[in-house]
Amino acid sequence: MSYIIQGDTGDWEVVIGLEVHAQISSASKLFSGSSTEFGAEPNTQVSLVDAAMPGMLPVLNAFCVEQAVKTGLGLKAQINLHSVFARKNYFYADLPQSYQISQFELPIVGKGVVVLDMPDGTTRDIGIERLHMEQDAGKSMHDQDPRRSFIDLNRSGVALMEIVSDPDLRSPEEAGIYVRKLRSILRYLETCDGNMEQGSMRADVNVSVRKVGTDDLNTRCEIKNVNSVRFIMQSIEIESQRQVELWESGGEVVQETRLFDPAKGETRSMRSKEFAHDYRYFPDPDLLPLNLTQDYVDDIAATLPELPDEKKERYMSDFGLSAYDAGVLVVDRETGTYYEAVVGKGRDAKLAANWVITNLFGALNAKSLSIEESPVSADQLGQLLDLMADDTINGRIAKDVFEDMIETSKDPAVIVEEKGLKQVTDTGAIEAAIDDVIANSPDQVAQFRGGNEKIAGWFVGQVMKATQGKANPGMVNKLLKEKLSD
Amino acid sequence: MTNDLTHLTIASARDGLDAGDFSSVELTAAHSAAIEKSRDLNAFITETPELAQAAAAASDARRANGAALGAMDGIPIAMKDLFCTEGVQSTAGSHILEGFVPQYESTVSRNLKEAGAVTLGKANMDEFAMGSATLTSYFGNTINPWKASSGPNAGKDLVPGGSSGGSSTAISARLALGATGTDTGGSIRQPASFTGTVGMKPTYGRCSRWGIVAFASSLDQAGPMTRTVRDAAIMLGAMAGHDPMDSTSTPMDVPDFESGLGKGVKGLRVGVPAEYTADGMPEEITALWQQGADWLKDQGAEIVEVSLPHTKYALPTYYIVAPAEASSNLARYDGVRYGLRVDGDSLDEMYMNTRAEGFGDEVQRRVMIGTYVLSAGYYDAYYVKAQKVRTRIAGDFTSAFENVDVLLAPTAPSPAFAIDEKFDDPIAMYLNDIFTVPASLAGLPAISVPAGLTSDGLPLGLQLISPAFDEVTLFRAAEALEQAAGFELPIFGPGEG
Repeated sequence: MSYIIQGDTGDWEVVIGLEVHAQISSASKLFSGSSTEFGAEPNTQVSLVDAAMPGMLPVLNAFCVEQAVKTGLGLKAQINLHSVFARKNYFYADLPQSYQISQFELPIVGKGVVVLDMPDGTTRDIGIERLHMEQDAGKSMHDQDPRRSFIDLNRSGVALMEIVSDPDLRSPEEAGIYVRKLRSILRYLETCDGNMEQGSMRADVNVSVRKVGTDDLNTRCEIKNVNSVRFIMQSIEIESQRQVELWESGGEVVQETRLFDPAKGETRSMRSKEFAHDYRYFPDPDLLPLNLTQDYVDDIAATLPELPDEKKERYMSDFGLSAYDAGVLVVDRETGTYYEAVVGKGRDAKLAANWVITNLFGALNAKSLSIEESPVSADQLGQLLDLMADDTINGRIAKDVFEDMIETSKDPAVIVEEKGLKQVTDTGAIEAAIDDVIANSPDQVAQFRGGNEKIAGWFVGQVMKATQGKANPGMVNKLLKEKLSD
Repeated sequence: MTNDLTHLTIASARDGLDAGDFSSVELTAAHSAAIEKSRDLNAFITETPELAQAAAAASDARRANGAALGAMDGIPIAMKDLFCTEGVQSTAGSHILEGFVPQYESTVSRNLKEAGAVTLGKANMDEFAMGSATLTSYFGNTINPWKASSGPNAGKDLVPGGSSGGSSTAISARLALGATGTDTGGSIRQPASFTGTVGMKPTYGRCSRWGIVAFASSLDQAGPMTRTVRDAAIMLGAMAGHDPMDSTSTPMDVPDFESGLGKGVKGLRVGVPAEYTADGMPEEITALWQQGADWLKDQGAEIVEVSLPHTKYALPTYYIVAPAEASSNLARYDGVRYGLRVDGDSLDEMYMNTRAEGFGDEVQRRVMIGTYVLSAGYYDAYYVKAQKVRTRIAGDFTSAFENVDVLLAPTAPSPAFAIDEKFDDPIAMYLNDIFTVPASLAGLPAISVPAGLTSDGLPLGLQLISPAFDEVTLFRAAEALEQAAGFELPIFGPGEG
């Protein structure tokens, strides 16, 4: 899946690296006991530490450390038993300490990997450079008053993981797949809810372009704080196009921080390198270095759930699913759980996958429901498959029953009973219907006998219609053939 | 009667309170009155006589019910204004925090409060504890009650040392029985030496830093300032203890420091570090140091020559590490949430206006030094290098303590100097810390004990340093030195020399 920008001077490729800021799922903040609940009134979840009152000191939240380690393990990454919190110094009104406690030279997690499931069923490994913990800043609100800015410190001190990828991504689409996959892993681990609308996940996007066939990395720009997968993809398209045009018109890309404006469909400069902050990182003297034991890490590793990659592998090997189907079913934990419940003890796993992916997802999408909100339980869908398997209903009727189930949440057997949809397998009844059709269709019989065998399908349709679709299609075919050949 | 009560020590006041000779209300009133009479010394930024009287009355009630809280119950003390005190203005000696009234109580001041100590007010100090003379306080300098009887500074107003100069003056002028200080590079010990009092810096991690306005986090440590070694041991016992709110506070039990006293120094090995000399140091300080060693030797200690070879790098190391941390610690004083705000046309301008007006010259100087040494391109050459040297300095002590139990050295390279003497020369001022910063960098406990007078009649202290968390031995040696020196603090009349 190569993404090439055709310029006047030749073909260009895009080099992308992402820094994803993922809020750690934790009831309290990284260095204080304040609540992290979303949506509270401004400045109601602020401790003395979060407001950086004189003499206040940070105390590390052990649960956040556990979450970071868990995430590192989920990214198949090196866990650093020795890591150090550092201060990143800069002034801003929503940063009470005037420094952010982060990790710099010695992060808690080192190199790892995220496996992308490409649409053609292949996979692609994207390197993880590091993961570190840091505090979030507060929020500045510039639209509340004509003259003043307001500050909400509820987010001040909330724990984040910054997950930095290698510059391995080569297209907007890959970047989108990467973010979705990362979100999927974090949700499996329950270390981040991945809720981009609430700001639980956002990304800084590093983009550069180079001529196809070259290996050097050109100057990159960093697009700050992009808060949806769609915007990440759009911003890459727009920024890479801008850079190609700039290089080709004899200009030069300068290293800078840019802002993506989705309304105008452009990126624009926030600050260039010469105005870049000198963050003056140094180890935070209020916090001791973080030293973990291998036992501690091993204990966390033992609690790790099955992750999407392993689950996908299992669906392919145990259930014989295609890579694509398996990949779709493992995107989130709930879908996999649902699917496996449908398969239950020995139902047709491929058929179950088709029903979940095509019929169920179709119905849920139409109603904008999540799988947890599905009106049809996994058990009910399983029952429907059973009704097909034992020839109580045929596939066509099953689709009607399913539509009914979506609307009413009734068990399929109840619907079949109520609506009298039970498949007709009585030879006599089917024969009677066939005889009726043959008797009333002399022209078509003549055509068939004259060698137009294609018209057999028309007879099948007529018989099914006569039986309100309930006739067993196999029996209809067999009996029709016999009778027409008489 | 009033005068007599201010002449007590913490130990004797405790005994008097226990015996019912006087009440805490009387004791407190005597000290509040003394403070009022000695306002010319400017030892306090904020006086809280009403709060003190109420606390004293509560103490008396406890004692009457047989529920006294211990040695500090009812004892009037001064609180350095670096400690945040709930409901009482806490300024750190700075304009930028003028009018700041915390909604919280620092752990150390709370510990003292819970031990029944009565706080008389908030003691003056160098702005953000940056200084060695209490000349950088926004609230005016503090004056040492001592006066030179002869020499070039005869009769002049002298500095009380710093940064805990309000505390040292309060103790020396008998305005309080004890005072809290904080020591980052010598801010307890040097003012104690300048005022003929005892100043003790515990091991880093012994006292919680929670609620103390931070100067240099890896060095700041609270400690007691008193008139006797025993008092320091009693007071430290009430201040110290592990605090889960301070990650650098050490989870260790606090020993009974007072009961460790009175055991003498027989068999104790006392190291005398060859490197503790300075250019231009008065001969009488060297002589007093020798005298101190002889006193301990006479009591049965063994004197051992030791070498701390990296001592000469301690001062430059300190003046990189401390300003680096300070530049970051003081960044929160930005005018946004509390304290001084001086408006401007933009956020950046508001920052600049606020910090230019709110911080004094010395604070601005150190913020700039700290910002510089942490900057890209300089960080490795300064900060990283300084941390490496700091490790070597700590290593010197570790090696020395393989052979000795305590170290003996001068506290400061000079006696108290005149108010106008070094004010314009920051380097000369920094040299005051030359003998105190090594123990600070190594995080070791150290104490200054008044040991003698200069020929001009000014007090000089000797410093003892012990291994980490061995304050018991430190106090023991200090008491022996104190007894041998027989130093007597004069009784200064209020408002005179």
